[in-house]
Amino acid sequence: MVLKIEDLHVEIAGKEILRGIDLEIGTGQTTVLFGPNGSGKSTLLAAVMGLGHCKVTKGRITFFDIDITNMPIDERARLGIGMMMQRPPNIVGVKLKDLVTIISGDSKTAMDMSNEFKMDKFLERDVNVGFSGGEIKRSELLQLASQCPQFILLDEPESGVDLENIDLVGNKVRGLLYGNACNKREDGVSALVITHTGQILDYIGADRAYVLKDGMIACSGRPTDLLKDIRMKGYGECVKCRMIKM
Amino acid sequence: MQNDKNVKNALDKKAAYGPDVDINAFKTGTYTPDKIDNIEETDTDMKDRMVNVGVTPCKSGRSGTMLFVDNGPSHISSCNDDIELMSLRDAAKRYDLSEYLWKAVSPDKDKYTAKSYLEEADGYFIRVRAGKHVKTPIQTCMLINRNKQMQNVHNIIIVEENASLEVITGCTTSKHATESLHVGVSETFIKDGGSLSFTMIHNWGDKMHVRPRSGIIMERNSRFVNNYVLLNPVGSMQSYPVTYLNGEGASAKFNSICLAHEGSDIDVGSMVILNAPGTSAEIISRSITLGGRMMARGKLVGNAAGAKAHLECRSLVLNDNGLTSAVPELESNVADVEMTHEAAVGKIARDQVEYLMMRGLTEDEAVGMIVRGFLEGGISGLPDHLKREIDAAVEKANLGS
Ligand SMILES: Nc1ncnc2c1ncn2[C@@H]1O[C@H](COP(=O)(O)OP(=O)(O)O)[C@@H](O)[C@H]1O
Ligand SMILES: [Mg+2]
Repeated sequence: MVLKIEDLHVEIAGKEILRGIDLEIGTGQTTVLFGPNGSGKSTLLAAVMGLGHCKVTKGRITFFDIDITNMPIDERARLGIGMMMQRPPNIVGVKLKDLVTIISGDSKTAMDMSNEFKMDKFLERDVNVGFSGGEIKRSELLQLASQCPQFILLDEPESGVDLENIDLVGNKVRGLLYGNACNKREDGVSALVITHTGQILDYIGADRAYVLKDGMIACSGRPTDLLKDIRMKGYGECVKCRMIKM
Repeated sequence: MQNDKNVKNALDKKAAYGPDVDINAFKTGTYTPDKIDNIEETDTDMKDRMVNVGVTPCKSGRSGTMLFVDNGPSHISSCNDDIELMSLRDAAKRYDLSEYLWKAVSPDKDKYTAKSYLEEADGYFIRVRAGKHVKTPIQTCMLINRNKQMQNVHNIIIVEENASLEVITGCTTSKHATESLHVGVSETFIKDGGSLSFTMIHNWGDKMHVRPRSGIIMERNSRFVNNYVLLNPVGSMQSYPVTYLNGEGASAKFNSICLAHEGSDIDVGSMVILNAPGTSAEIISRSITLGGRMMARGKLVGNAAGAKAHLECRSLVLNDNGLTSAVPELESNVADVEMTHEAAVGKIARDQVEYLMMRGLTEDEAVGMIVRGFLEGGISGLPDHLKREIDAAVEKANLGS
């Protein structure tokens, strides 16, 4: 088991956002998270990464059988967890080149990879400052690829990306999951992916999907089935009908 | 001529800013320090301290070197005929300096300038000949060698028409001179089309008091870039150089980077007076409070049409015990000026630290990277050796929690 989440309750600024989440992801598996705006999807990813504004009040997160519920962020990163943020902060004064060099360990690799991600022209720019939607995604993926995580949290990787960039983003995500570069374990790279449109599923396979609603898992199923339901009936209907079946 | 009586009266005159220092509590340092022929042969403590303020003991890459110990010259060497490098007292014997001496700084400004005036303080005299572009910098070092004494120096820099020059000056103490007072009057004159880049690095001790007094007079189309860096603890440091942009098209840029350690009282600012049409100025200040007191001032005065200036004071507070204050001022006496300012005081953003930690950096590494970015970013053309100094100071300051 890569990730196991048990009865997870998370508060942000004193308000309970996640209200008892149970979720498991097997090795090499990709899990998709659907859900309406504000249902707590980003919060769930942030809690797995350990970001400070999410306070775990109850429950447990284990990663390859290690309890990471209260582990500092950088230690989680070193265990092999990586995240692509939906809206990363600007880091004024820190050049993308310097950050990627530190992450990848040498500047040659940083240079080569930035070409691949079409970010070579951005190396001298401050991280995320003034980046467009697509540039932010490419920058996030470049940083992730330099990290080579075993488990990837992707928060709406396709949002704000224009048609020209979507192929690049999709293929790079696929590369992270199935390419050889980061696949140090035999059993492959796993992922937890938030998507609204399902567009990213044209590039990667997904094993299981969950719908999150009001901080709880409303239903789960095969990603294609759930997506079809959501597209046809919206979240309200979808959740209702699946609940009855469960 | 200055009226000596007025200046004598000014011996009690407190400075406008910064804590008051009793100058009578300090002995006047010697005007005749030991001469050093070859600074590569100075003792290691002295050499290390010079290197820490950007002054290299080897001659390569430098057009000239001058070392002041206490109140007198200890070493002067120059290897470029386009420059004149000598002590101010020697220069005054050789030339009539009446158009320069005390023309950019008033002797009765406060007790420190009065003291320098009345003692006829010595210092460096640097002049670059008209039309000459000096490729490698001149370096000067002001070193205090004895404890509980007052170092009193008076410097003059003259950049003649269409000449250009870079000066690196480092000020420091030997290891036993821990409780002294440094007063440095610096008068700089940049003539038509001249250009000067001046970098000052200070490395004092936590009980040292430091009162530089500088005035810069700039003529037509002249350029001035001033970098000031204070990264180590100091007892108190107060300076407020005043630049007069008197010639059309002149432009000045002030960058300062300060770390206010616990116990340090730093009050640093610059004033630029734009007296001629089409002049421009930029004052950029970055500071970090680690528990000390940090005042970042800046003032722009627009007196002529088409003057353009920007002032930016940003401060990061990393420790609750400190006090930080940014005081930007704009004053315009004509309609057609464009002057802006920006001031920000805040703590380091947690989401930025976490973002870098997410990429595998430790908290200390993340904070260090953001702090270095804060200090160095936004300041263009910072010399590489300064960046290395800043990186080392940030590392040493151990900023993570
Ligand atoms: N930093 C924050 N401070 C306060 N409230 C937050 C913060 N982040 C998220 N929330 C709130 O938590 C809820 C869930 O947000 P989020 O996890 O971003 O939803 P989703 O990603 O599903 O759209 C929302 O009501 C949102 O306003
Ligand atoms: Mg979200």
